[in-house]
Amino acid sequence: MDKTNDTRTIVIDPVTRIEGHAKITIRLDENGRVADARFHVNEFRGFEKFCEGRLVWEMPGLTSRICGICPASHLIASAKAGDDILAIQIPETAELLRRVLMLGQWIQSHALSFFHLSAPDFLLGFDADPATRNLFGLLANNKEFLRKGIRLRKFGQEIIAILGGRRIHTPWAVAGGVRDPMSNEEHAAIAAWLPEAKATVLEAIDVMKSVNDRYRKEIPNFGNFRSLYVGLVAEDGSFEYYGGGIRVMDGMGNTLADRVPPREYARLFEEKSEEWTYLKVPYYKSFGPAEGMYRVGPLARLNICDRMGTPLAEAERRTFRQLAGEQETVNNAFFYHYARTIEMLFAVEEVERLLGHPLIRGLHVRARAMINSMSGVGACEAPRGTLFHHYEVDENGVLQKVNLLIATAQNNSAMNRTVRQLAARYLDGKEVTEGLLNRIEAGIRCYDPCLSCSTHAAGSMALHVVLESADGTILDERKR
Amino acid sequence: MAVITFSINGEPVSGRQDESILEIARQHNIRIPTLCHLDGLSDVGACRLCLVEVEGTAKLFPACSTFPSENMVVRTDTDRLRRYRRTIVELLASEGNHQCAVCVVNNHCELQNLAYQVGLEHVRVQYLFPRKDLDASHRDYIIDRNRCVLCTRCVRVCHEVEGAHVWDIANRGINCEIIADMHQPWGTSDSCTSCGKCVLVCPVGALIEKGATVAEMEKHRAFLPYIMTARTKHEWIARAIEED
Repeated sequence: MDKTNDTRTIVIDPVTRIEGHAKITIRLDENGRVADARFHVNEFRGFEKFCEGRLVWEMPGLTSRICGICPASHLIASAKAGDDILAIQIPETAELLRRVLMLGQWIQSHALSFFHLSAPDFLLGFDADPATRNLFGLLANNKEFLRKGIRLRKFGQEIIAILGGRRIHTPWAVAGGVRDPMSNEEHAAIAAWLPEAKATVLEAIDVMKSVNDRYRKEIPNFGNFRSLYVGLVAEDGSFEYYGGGIRVMDGMGNTLADRVPPREYARLFEEKSEEWTYLKVPYYKSFGPAEGMYRVGPLARLNICDRMGTPLAEAERRTFRQLAGEQETVNNAFFYHYARTIEMLFAVEEVERLLGHPLIRGLHVRARAMINSMSGVGACEAPRGTLFHHYEVDENGVLQKVNLLIATAQNNSAMNRTVRQLAARYLDGKEVTEGLLNRIEAGIRCYDPCLSCSTHAAGSMALHVVLESADGTILDERKR
Repeated sequence: MAVITFSINGEPVSGRQDESILEIARQHNIRIPTLCHLDGLSDVGACRLCLVEVEGTAKLFPACSTFPSENMVVRTDTDRLRRYRRTIVELLASEGNHQCAVCVVNNHCELQNLAYQVGLEHVRVQYLFPRKDLDASHRDYIIDRNRCVLCTRCVRVCHEVEGAHVWDIANRGINCEIIADMHQPWGTSDSCTSCGKCVLVCPVGALIEKGATVAEMEKHRAFLPYIMTARTKHEWIARAIEED
């Protein structure tokens, strides 16, 4: 290694067990301390561009193809943007059914994040051998627990398949409502799963709490900083995932904006593009790019809401809030995991509540209209955070402009900061240790970033670490 | 009308002199792939999928618009024909912008069915990704030229059945496109009666109903032989007299 260079760069590529492909660069200053950390996204998709010229009615089907993990979230956000352009009130049954679909999406995505992607770290330990610290290692050691988790994810997928006709990329939600009502058989099929799902989620919460205890010493380094929190809340300030308005809260618990209609999202947020990543970097407009860093997703949602609408989840939320200690909000990214399990509990309880709604089996599920507004915004809470679809159309419904504000992009700045914090704590001199790499990966995984494409759920830990000088020369390289 | 006897794939068949090889083959349960042909419309032999071999000549003939002669020996399913048919479907796929997964007629598309039929696993020629437009100016319908295969069914049904002749073809070769009236937005067409026949006969997702979403649109074409039979046999006149 050339010690004469003032700055060095550590690259972790690829980062595994996240949804998509990415690499991490850590820049060191002349004293060997961490100067900066960057989480690069190397995929380019171009959806915003090639959807131009297409029809607003096609958009739910088109944009659900953005992702195979949470297609239902894009589907709903897109259908809602379509509702806005048609300027219609969708039938109440359609809204209830869309909500059930979204909860199915949450259950499957959160279960994937918790059981398939993160549980190997929790249960086998961050320093366990990477060759076995994965789904298969878990299978060998915690078979029954993993089996329950896989079943829970299946429950979420089944909800989507039962309503939408298929697990992935269903085009079932449309501008104006949904395509088909829920039959008695479908209702019964979903209801039959509920007791098992609830038991599994409660078990996951217990495991999560023991993990919180076990890693008490490590947790303070996992992205522990104040940031803004953004998400949707209902009209009464309670937890929301489908409708409601935007709430922005700072790391001291002060509400900066409340129940702002999603249509006005551009008043709150702005995006900047960086040349080192394809992921855009949004920020809270009135604070500027540097101070306006905000977080979305489970941690943010549980921080900003006044209460949760279901009893068990609300009780658990109160326990979660105690983690904040002296502060008003829970600022540690590690608790994303805990928040996620609480949301799974909410989702199971909420599905149960919705199935009991008198209108859930209504037959009027689709309203039809032509173009009544030239612009429309649809927002919903995707598993990873608030998702916005913004379309502008001509008078015939042909798209002129598409803007998609994705949850993972909104967590971009916070993920960089988390990596920086972890690197500063665990970078041991000039040595790139296994432990450092593991923790950085785990730090990123708190946010469950979805880089839209493949999962690495059962992949091998193919880490590639490169040490670079400021001029790009490779000084050291390490593969495993 | 004289009856012709000849053979298809070695089997002796017979048919009327004014029946095409395609019609006679179908009467004898011999399947020949087609795309531009539609029962009830005239034949133009545009898609070339129904090409057959005739013994004694190296030339291939479109079964839809070739009439048999006595003792003709016709083959419909040779290696060469299968290769050509597959290539034709590959070329159709490559010269438009066909994205089945997000198409309005996914699972109800004749081009898609043809691709399955001819065993299309991948396209060996380069995709052209042409820049084509979408006209959503009509109140009820949309024409998306990205998905048009230029079968001209819409042109024929509008001219022959509806009698409006809104549709026609502009340009030549690869630049051909279906246009409304004097190459104007469909919504501004004076001749269009908004009957929707063109939408129903379109084999792909080029002509669709406004508001249809992915894989949602099924086209029902049974109306056409019904209309044509009623027209030639004057069934509605008989019914009207009966009702009087």
